[in-house]
Amino acid sequence: MSIEWIEQVLQLTVQMGTVYLLASLGEIYAERSGVLNLGLEGMMLMGAATSFMFTLAYGHLSAILTSIIVGALMGLILSILVVDMKLNQVVVGLAMTMLGAGLSGFFTFPEVRKNLLLRLNPSLPEEVLLIQQAQKLPEIQIPLLSNIPVIGKMFFSHNLLVYFSFILSIAMWFILFKTRIGLTIRSVGENPSMADSLGVNVYMVRRMTVILSGVFASLAGAYFFIGFHPFWREGVTAGRGFIALALVILATWSPMRAILGAYLFGGVETFQYRLQLFGLGAQSPYFLAMLPYILTIMTLIIISTESIKKRIGAPASLGIPYAREE
Amino acid sequence: MEELVSLRGIIKHFPGVIANDNVSFTLRKGEIHALLGENGAGKTTLMNILYGLYRPDIGEIYVEGRKVEINSPKDAITLGIGMVHQNFKLIPSHTVLENIILGLKKSGLVIKSRKIGEEIKKLAESYGWRINPNAYVWQLTAGEKQQVELLKILYRDAKILILDEPTSVLTPQECRILLQALRRMAKEGKGIIFITHKLDEVFAISDRVTVMRKGRVLVTKETSETNMSELAQYMVGRPVIFTIEKKESRPSGEAITIKNLKAFNDKGVLALKDVNLKVMKNEIVGIIGVTGNGQQELVEVIAGLRKASGGSLIVDGVNIINSSPEKIIELGIAYIPPEPLRYGIAPNLTVLDNLFMKAYRYKPYSNGVIVNWKKIYNKAEELIREFQIVPENPYAKARSLSGGNLQRLILARELSGLIGEKIPRLIVAAYPTKGLDVGATEFVHKTLIEYSRKGSGILFVSEDIEEALMISDRVAVMHDGKIVRVFRPGEVDIDKIGLMMAGVEIAFK
Repeated sequence: MSIEWIEQVLQLTVQMGTVYLLASLGEIYAERSGVLNLGLEGMMLMGAATSFMFTLAYGHLSAILTSIIVGALMGLILSILVVDMKLNQVVVGLAMTMLGAGLSGFFTFPEVRKNLLLRLNPSLPEEVLLIQQAQKLPEIQIPLLSNIPVIGKMFFSHNLLVYFSFILSIAMWFILFKTRIGLTIRSVGENPSMADSLGVNVYMVRRMTVILSGVFASLAGAYFFIGFHPFWREGVTAGRGFIALALVILATWSPMRAILGAYLFGGVETFQYRLQLFGLGAQSPYFLAMLPYILTIMTLIIISTESIKKRIGAPASLGIPYAREE
Repeated sequence: MEELVSLRGIIKHFPGVIANDNVSFTLRKGEIHALLGENGAGKTTLMNILYGLYRPDIGEIYVEGRKVEINSPKDAITLGIGMVHQNFKLIPSHTVLENIILGLKKSGLVIKSRKIGEEIKKLAESYGWRINPNAYVWQLTAGEKQQVELLKILYRDAKILILDEPTSVLTPQECRILLQALRRMAKEGKGIIFITHKLDEVFAISDRVTVMRKGRVLVTKETSETNMSELAQYMVGRPVIFTIEKKESRPSGEAITIKNLKAFNDKGVLALKDVNLKVMKNEIVGIIGVTGNGQQELVEVIAGLRKASGGSLIVDGVNIINSSPEKIIELGIAYIPPEPLRYGIAPNLTVLDNLFMKAYRYKPYSNGVIVNWKKIYNKAEELIREFQIVPENPYAKARSLSGGNLQRLILARELSGLIGEKIPRLIVAAYPTKGLDVGATEFVHKTLIEYSRKGSGILFVSEDIEEALMISDRVAVMHDGKIVRVFRPGEVDIDKIGLMMAGVEIAFK
């Protein structure tokens, strides 16, 4: 194992981890306000599909902006269903995942892509219309720092979204724990009826955090596709949204701890792939593939068991719709 | 005197009920105004209207002489109205400071913890309270939590304070501190509305009193110009007898012996640390204590609903600890759960179904497979008559019954000896009168006493010290998962009981 190999594993660890980090940041806010967004995976897929199409049509910037809008829309739908209509968050969340998986699955058909791309940008050349991959976001090497052995590659040789997600985690931690906005969000998730009695608009807070979680999930999907693995296939995110859900619990709903958790998950996954290349630890490739679903079952058990919830300090009203008692 | 609040002609309907029927109410500057009535009289509804949680169907609200629209608590807060709800609205995992400033703009976008902490401390000290703004709410006693609730309002410069049964979770000492502080606030010119159903509190604290019954205001009087029995008559609609006739108990044989009982609560904390208690047949043992000191866990362990982690429950020389509820029912242990609507009945099933929810699998009501509905129906009619359940229709949905009738239904199911046609050897009654009106409360008391004199042992858990002293033959004080002391009513005065409930060790003979 050469130094280059280690450097590469570390760099990929952070890049892989960023997928989880972005998705979990929004989810942390939603869950802190008491809403479980189980549609993360579907929203990521929509983000990935959107970024795929728009990168081809107009380039990276448009891809990121449109995936944010698509995420906000998915979040808005979810918020109407679970916050305003007070439907079961687990059921609706899974439905959102299916919706996202189904819609994004359309882009697997070449004719669909071709038609859509021509509508988006009629001047696209013929050869772009049918390709299954997009251009990756450029890496930005930070001068000098990126030359430091081992950690240079790990921390200072990434695309913009990676740096952005890192800084954002710290900012979102600060907002959640040190500002009035954060206090309001946390209080709504702990005791919405108390927040209501102090004049907080519980529904508005929850709508906003759910939309935010949609935006971040979609952005995570876009990052995954154009920043990490720009080759399209159906279900391209492969259950990573579900892993991000488990990460939120592991991070005990703190954006700071989510950084560590995300890179840990990223590291495990990267290492696993690398070892397979060496023919080492040659477990069945299905092992990784089933991991998201096992984690999801565990997440659901944790979130729906009152005693576990209390012990690990989950937001007290997580998963419970709020209605003013009459 | 200056009027702070005037509610005029308030009408509020809920599906099927009129909660407030043309209610008018005034609050003056500097007064403590008691709002008295039984549960369901419409006091809380009226105050929720003033606080913007509900909107009146008809009626006008004036604050300091100006007509106002209050559409949400936010509007109420802006008008200087603050409310302490019946159950604490606090977040245990947040600090005192965080609980107080929630929703306040003046706390700054980035919260100015140090400055606000000082302000809160000073405010608390001006009422003689010592509160650490950075303490977590879960670390506080009930009395301190009540103070945080008040600070929440005072920090918003409220002039009109609504307190909904603020003493229900306090020890007598904590009560006294609260009442002193309220006096102080009234002297500063604030108006205080004190909702209660306890007559003695009216006389301990209020300047004026308004009595409500069935959604209407019956009378408003200067407190000094009325007396207990007059108010009680208004409240209930008939003269009330304050004492209960009770024959001397003649304990005979053990109903159950609890030894070194230990159990965890839902949070995984040891809630029963070492409970030792004996309940004899033919006697009522009352358990009092501040809510949350293990009473709930104790009754659940006896009923087989919670696993004990140690100790024993001995019935006829056999340890029945951690037996299944079925086994416990067959031993003749009856359980009257707290909050009947949540734990005691299936609301969408009929009265008949609910009455036979235990007995349906025993003879003669079934042969183990097929239920004999004819027998059940006849017996149900009999029980409805005996326990005076209204409506008298066995096919009425349990959901449609009032709180008092639900409790009668549960008593009928638990006590009537449907299983084996005998009376229970032990009746575990957890807060059986909580939330009931005076009539239903009387019925529960009478029924429990009657069964205790017929031979049942009764474990009676109550939040109300006076109630427990009145109907029990022996009283056990519970604190922090242990029985602190057992005595006969009258042996210990109420101040000492309060100290015991608060966990203060006292030596006495």
